[in-house]
Amino acid sequence: MTNAMELYQMLPKTNCKKCGKTSCMAFAVSLMSRELTPEDCPPLKEESKYRENYEKISELFKPSEGATETGLIVHEDLCFGCGNCVVACPPNVANDPYGVGSGKAPTNVNRLVLIVEDGIVKAQNLGECRRFGKNKILCYGCIVTCPVEAIEFV
Amino acid sequence: MYEEADMEKNYYVCTGCGLLCDDIEVESEKNIINKVYTACRVGVAHMKKAKGETNFLVNNKPVDEATAVREAASILKNAKNPLIFGLGTSTDETQILAIELAKKTNATLDDTSSFCLGPLVEALLQDKLKPCTLEDIRNKADVIIFWGADPSDSHPRHLSKHSYFPRGSEKQKGWEEERTAIAIDIRKSHTAKICGNYFFQIPPGGDTEFIDALIAALSGKLPKTSYNFPPKKILELANILKGAKFGVIFAGLGLIYSLEDLEPVFRLMKILNEKANFHLVPMVGHYNMRGFNENLFAETGYVNRVKFEDGMVKHGPEYSVVESLKAKTVDAALIIGSDPLSSLPRSVSKNLLEIPVISIDPCETLTSKHAKVYINTAISGVESGGSATRMDGTKVSFKPVVETIHPSDEAILKKIMEAV
Repeated sequence: MTNAMELYQMLPKTNCKKCGKTSCMAFAVSLMSRELTPEDCPPLKEESKYRENYEKISELFKPSEGATETGLIVHEDLCFGCGNCVVACPPNVANDPYGVGSGKAPTNVNRLVLIVEDGIVKAQNLGECRRFGKNKILCYGCIVTCPVEAIEFV
Repeated sequence: MYEEADMEKNYYVCTGCGLLCDDIEVESEKNIINKVYTACRVGVAHMKKAKGETNFLVNNKPVDEATAVREAASILKNAKNPLIFGLGTSTDETQILAIELAKKTNATLDDTSSFCLGPLVEALLQDKLKPCTLEDIRNKADVIIFWGADPSDSHPRHLSKHSYFPRGSEKQKGWEEERTAIAIDIRKSHTAKICGNYFFQIPPGGDTEFIDALIAALSGKLPKTSYNFPPKKILELANILKGAKFGVIFAGLGLIYSLEDLEPVFRLMKILNEKANFHLVPMVGHYNMRGFNENLFAETGYVNRVKFEDGMVKHGPEYSVVESLKAKTVDAALIIGSDPLSSLPRSVSKNLLEIPVISIDPCETLTSKHAKVYINTAISGVESGGSATRMDGTKVSFKPVVETIHPSDEAILKKIMEAV
């Protein structure tokens, strides 16, 4: 994933404030945090001289359309269903200690965050994910256990 | 079949690899599998293998079952020294039948373990190495070594179901606090990536030296290797191993192929068990290769490479699939669930083209295309049931997931046996 500085380089850099932000840098930061989308910058979207950059930025943000509310994306082409994340995910272990927590088939599917379906990991019940809600923390349980970087948070 | 009304779930066994995961849920309708839960991608592909109509071919022309069986039997009857090979993806029941058939036809009998993990399984069966089950590992193991093996790719659920991530009865705090996973490999595999700082990269063929260096470090000497592996890292590794309460080495093909014989492994295991407590599990790929080794061992005292002759058993490297094909000592071949034309070097496998071959396989393969007789059988574990032996030696029984019109390899072997 890119960073705010790289995004800023592709913006008009005129600080026109049409997006409602005070500067193009502020807009870039808002883009990064998914507060705004590339469409919220009228010059970028409308003026032909920015078309190339607009397409580039839109492309960057495309994969996140499939992202869940916590920003979790499963790259289905990379995932091979080893289930490391399912077994290591702290809420999964807490909600199903003798099923997935012990490496076995889930016994409490309705409260699990990650399950393996047809050989690919599926995220669900994001209310249980530690990255969600009021007391959210930056949990990396599913990312560090993935051998192929198939899980990403945006 | 009536589903019981209680909450007990109906789990199936996946026969996609040597792990034989026994907790797979399947949704199927009209004998077609729609959804598979908990299985990895390998298992899902294995279970969802689409199948066409039954196929019995003689000289690549469709025939009925009886003709194909008769033709197969006559090939075996007319051969002086037929080769029976494969059986890694067959049930125990099929393997026992194949051993009987080999006896009856004075055949040379071998399986993939002869160029794979056969020596390790033999050593385990002869009590030269300390075995343990995957359940023991889940419940107790604190130091886990993947040596020349990459289970993340070969046995995807290995780490999550048994060896590293799950919580067990004596390992309640989880992998971060209570387990150390170590990878020793020639490249940074997917498993090595998970092992992080405990990945020890050695050059190809450097295993014997690494074992010697590790033994030196374990006995308090300075570890030396010709490829200048940092001694500090080996000493660090030795310290971790010394502290193991329940250690396990998963030995893969990478380790076996790099050794002349198993003597260095025996030496390492001996000293590891003097200083700590270490077990060994072979990373068996085919779901029932170990079963074949055990069944043949029970019958003859050897795990592979045997030749039956008038009730006697001979054993030696010359009876391996590779050597017998190279020396052209076999004059027909019955290949069950294997594809030697694809998997063996061409210089060896091309000799198969000169003799009549019978291929019994659920898939069309290069071998089946060049076979005189091809019998398309049910996928063992998906369309037919039986029992098998997991990589750690545990017996697992399974039932078919769907019904099929394909005959099982067991049924076909029984018929060939009657006709021989």
